[in-house]
Amino acid sequence: MREGRSRSFYVLAALFAAYVAFLYGPMIAIFVLSFQGPDGGLTFPMNGVSLYWFERLFSGGNGIIDIGAAFVRSAKLGLMVAVLTVAISVAAGMAFRKKFVGQAVIFYVAIASLIVPSIITSLGIALEFRLIDDGFKTFIDENFSTSMGLLTSGLAAHLTWTLPFGLLIMFAIFNRFDPRYEEAARDLGATPWQTFRHVVLPMILPSVVGIGLFGFTLSWDEIARSSQAIGPVNTLPLDLQGLTTTVTNPDIYALGTATTGVSFLAIGLALFVIGFLQRRQSRHGSDAGSGML
Amino acid sequence: MHQSSVRRNVVAWLQAGPMALVFLAFFLIPLLFVVIVSFWDYNDYEMLPIFSGRGYTDTFEGCLQQLPEFCTILRTYGSTLKFCFLVWSITLVIGFTVAYFLAFHVRSKSWQIGLSLLCTIPFWTSNVIRMIAWIPLLGRNGLVNKALVEAKIVNQPLEWLLFSEFSVVLAFVHLFTFFMVVPIFNSMIRIDKSLIEAAYDAGATGFQTLVNVIIPLSKPGIVIGSIFVITIVMGDFITIGVMGGQQIASAGKIIQTRLDAIQFPAAAANAVILLAATMMIIFSMTRLVDIRREL
Repeated sequence: MREGRSRSFYVLAALFAAYVAFLYGPMIAIFVLSFQGPDGGLTFPMNGVSLYWFERLFSGGNGIIDIGAAFVRSAKLGLMVAVLTVAISVAAGMAFRKKFVGQAVIFYVAIASLIVPSIITSLGIALEFRLIDDGFKTFIDENFSTSMGLLTSGLAAHLTWTLPFGLLIMFAIFNRFDPRYEEAARDLGATPWQTFRHVVLPMILPSVVGIGLFGFTLSWDEIARSSQAIGPVNTLPLDLQGLTTTVTNPDIYALGTATTGVSFLAIGLALFVIGFLQRRQSRHGSDAGSGML
Repeated sequence: MHQSSVRRNVVAWLQAGPMALVFLAFFLIPLLFVVIVSFWDYNDYEMLPIFSGRGYTDTFEGCLQQLPEFCTILRTYGSTLKFCFLVWSITLVIGFTVAYFLAFHVRSKSWQIGLSLLCTIPFWTSNVIRMIAWIPLLGRNGLVNKALVEAKIVNQPLEWLLFSEFSVVLAFVHLFTFFMVVPIFNSMIRIDKSLIEAAYDAGATGFQTLVNVIIPLSKPGIVIGSIFVITIVMGDFITIGVMGGQQIASAGKIIQTRLDAIQFPAAAANAVILLAATMMIIFSMTRLVDIRREL
């Protein structure tokens, strides 16, 4: 735009800095406090420095919940959600590139799933599985307990949350995708599947990894949709939420730091894979180019 | 021609089918169940599949008799709407300012990406963690109170900083301003820079350009961000629960309380009411902009 920095630039930059400080300040506070000594409390000043609260967390010493098991459960569910979100979203994304009957309906339902308050979706799924259970008990097995669980109703609830995001990301990907690559593949005699497998997929793969990452982190932190639909065992965020009402010591800060660590690990891993794929892509691209010339 | 379009539809449905199926089985049918069950009867331990309006009449119990006083449900919705309005207006102002700074004042692409990423990172952390992160700052012995007492601004620690309406709004803004920044930023970077040059050449002040060019062109982003923030606050029971010290009622929390009491039809009736209220707000917002076109 105009030359030079106007005064409004500095005002806005200061506001932006304040916003970032507001975002990070509280989180940094609990990360620091989770490394308190054994006598530490919930507030500053620090009472020594140690890994005491982390040890306590993973040895199950707080006597409230089995963190390790909840950790594994949430990670397992997150991975399932990530894989399914990728597979279902990519397939649907391909469909949405051409006009088809019922397209608008699926789109609006996806958007609706995003904006209907999560507790309502969660309640609906709980009711649905309850009725399925009742059906089982009446017609098949009197002693049947429940079909609700992490990988049934829980997985279903999480997918209603991650799939709309997956679809929207696919729209963004194909908005920038040049269909001439596919035409070229077709002209060379590739079948639709070969075109997808050898041309489209490698090109969109970095963004597809992004969808998986989105699916995992959305599921990893999800509470509202899990709250009614998860069945008899809780995910980690639910246990965490339960702890907030009884919080008296830095246990919960250590737990917060640990779960945040997992989120960052997942992102780091995903960014690494994305970077690797992009590098490979540009390398192959340039190879092809130099071969032509 | 006709045959190929049939074939295309079949292929498209095979591809989109799994997604359609998930939404049908785990979103549309459950919603239908919510509506059906909201008209069932119930007793202390189970729901009874008999048509009844009890879920609704229990919810609105005493509302007519108490007029002009508001009954519990109306007061709860009043307070939920108040939170909605407060959070919406604050996140809109902050979100617009941040997006504006990123889109128009940060000039290099890599700085733009870096700074957007900086705003995104906290979003990857659990919301509950980000809520309890306020305890060491706002608690009775927290940093803010200590600073205020030491600076002799107050004589004793302020009680309303944490587990109050104030902390609920603060947490909402902290958690969800991001949902406002992203769509507004997306709309803004699509604005043709030459339009702004043109406004400048035509003698418009910075403020006039903002009001007459940038805000109208950012409208889709503003509406999408607003829908996100409003639906989140309308249905929330977690933030209000944790940050309100489980003392503040909300539309979402009524549902949860009913569920804890295993009163499914009453919970479902409240879900239907909440859904209707939320949809009314959304529809009035979508009147302003065609979302599908903007994606």
